[in-house]
Amino acid sequence: MLAFQIMNGLTFAALLFVVASGFTLIFGLLRIVNLAHGALYLFGGYIGFTISKLTGSFLIGGIGAMLCVAIMGLLLDQGLLRFVRGFELRQVMLTLGVAFVLNDLALVMWGGDTFTVATPEWLQGAVVIGSLFYPKFRIFVLVVGILVFISLWLLINKTRLGALIRAGVDDLEMVEACGIDIRRVFLVTFMLGSALAGLGGMLGGTFLALYPSADAEILVFSLAVVIIGGRGSLVGAAIGSLLIGLLNTFGQVWFPQLAYFVIFGPMAVLLAFRPLGLFGKAA
Amino acid sequence: MLEIDGLHSYYGDAHVLQGVSLNVAPGEIVALLGRNGMGKTTTIRSIMNLRQPVVRQGEIRYRGERLNDLSPHAIARRKIALVPQGRRLFASLTVTEHLTMLKPASAKHGWTIARAFDAFPRLAERKHHRGNQLSGGERQMLAVARALMIDPEVVLMDEPSEGLAPVMVQALEGVIAALRGEGLGILLVEQNLYSALALADRIYLIETGRIVHHGSKAELEADPSALQRYLGVH
Repeated sequence: MLAFQIMNGLTFAALLFVVASGFTLIFGLLRIVNLAHGALYLFGGYIGFTISKLTGSFLIGGIGAMLCVAIMGLLLDQGLLRFVRGFELRQVMLTLGVAFVLNDLALVMWGGDTFTVATPEWLQGAVVIGSLFYPKFRIFVLVVGILVFISLWLLINKTRLGALIRAGVDDLEMVEACGIDIRRVFLVTFMLGSALAGLGGMLGGTFLALYPSADAEILVFSLAVVIIGGRGSLVGAAIGSLLIGLLNTFGQVWFPQLAYFVIFGPMAVLLAFRPLGLFGKAA
Repeated sequence: MLEIDGLHSYYGDAHVLQGVSLNVAPGEIVALLGRNGMGKTTTIRSIMNLRQPVVRQGEIRYRGERLNDLSPHAIARRKIALVPQGRRLFASLTVTEHLTMLKPASAKHGWTIARAFDAFPRLAERKHHRGNQLSGGERQMLAVARALMIDPEVVLMDEPSEGLAPVMVQALEGVIAALRGEGLGILLVEQNLYSALALADRIYLIETGRIVHHGSKAELEADPSALQRYLGVH
């Protein structure tokens, strides 16, 4: 039973990481707390649900969700955020407004019913690990989470784009003064972060469910992950996800009435001693 | 080549530059000297069009083109490089990454990684270190090397000798003089009068946002009264 709960915690952590890594990427470089990130997650889920239903392919659904949400990110960045660049409060208010609009739009397009993306045949059933029977799809989510971590780590640490993103997190003005059009780096980062929200929506839509307030729930969890891990830190997001994923799972099992407190209580204590999060650096 | 004409710059309502005019030609080192808070860094930031200060009057021209309304990266693309005050290296990037982020390691023309490491052998030894793990002199070398990666024609240097040991200042002067030898124009902002005098071809003195004196080095050395008056040196 304990092993089962640990696996539940780990797989939920993997889902959180996929969503929160996109969130922290955008937060770290663009200095935007993108409150529409949850709505992008929800849209990813709905779009993936629709595409996979139409095509009968989970994979095409997932790729479609990532592409569509990346394009939504492009429109959000170029169509709206571009005009309030550098004004942090305005950016936050703008993304909050966009979150409300997208949420209502989803209600109009898909209604208020709860949907679940169909698990593809090759991921149905259980895996036997010792005496533990564990759903194959949840293991798949864990693998995707690990793959996303490795890919992002390589992108950030081993590529030129990654060096530009890190330099931008350190000193935006100086990157510009070196002849780099930081707006293009912003745009690529924003689209990448959005695509990760879309992928998260597809995964979450399969093993959790899609319904009108699912965006706010995942957003709150992502915020907690990024606050614990530190702005813009990939490793921080991974550790934050593990912490929140496990705390949430065990909190619900052991202290169901206190489930939220079990997450946000330790977070408050952590912030009292490390206001910038575990891996956060001052801007 | 780089011409600044009647520049008025503001930080909020503070009128910091009050009509600064100066120019830099290829192959010369022009020093802008003045005490703290007189507008030296503001002049450099105005040229690069960084977010603060705001230029409200006057014109910055480069090869006849007006720069005032260009973004900083567009100005840098026109081969105007910045070596900022305090180095401003990227703490999470290695020495090599500072250079490769601006130009792919496979580049063949102009300043390449190999050429930068030739010019600054200390950096080659430290290429896997991060910006914040370097000594003061190494940091300044990296800040200069980073600026060179855009193959500049003009380099704006803001107090490069600040906080360096005398032996490092000398090494740096050698590098700056060599860049002049290659035809680069250099605008050197300094508080270190002796370093500036050792290098500069022409000197501007700035006080409370106005150019109060302009002359060749020989003129200043022949008649140091301006130095005494505006910098308080004897």
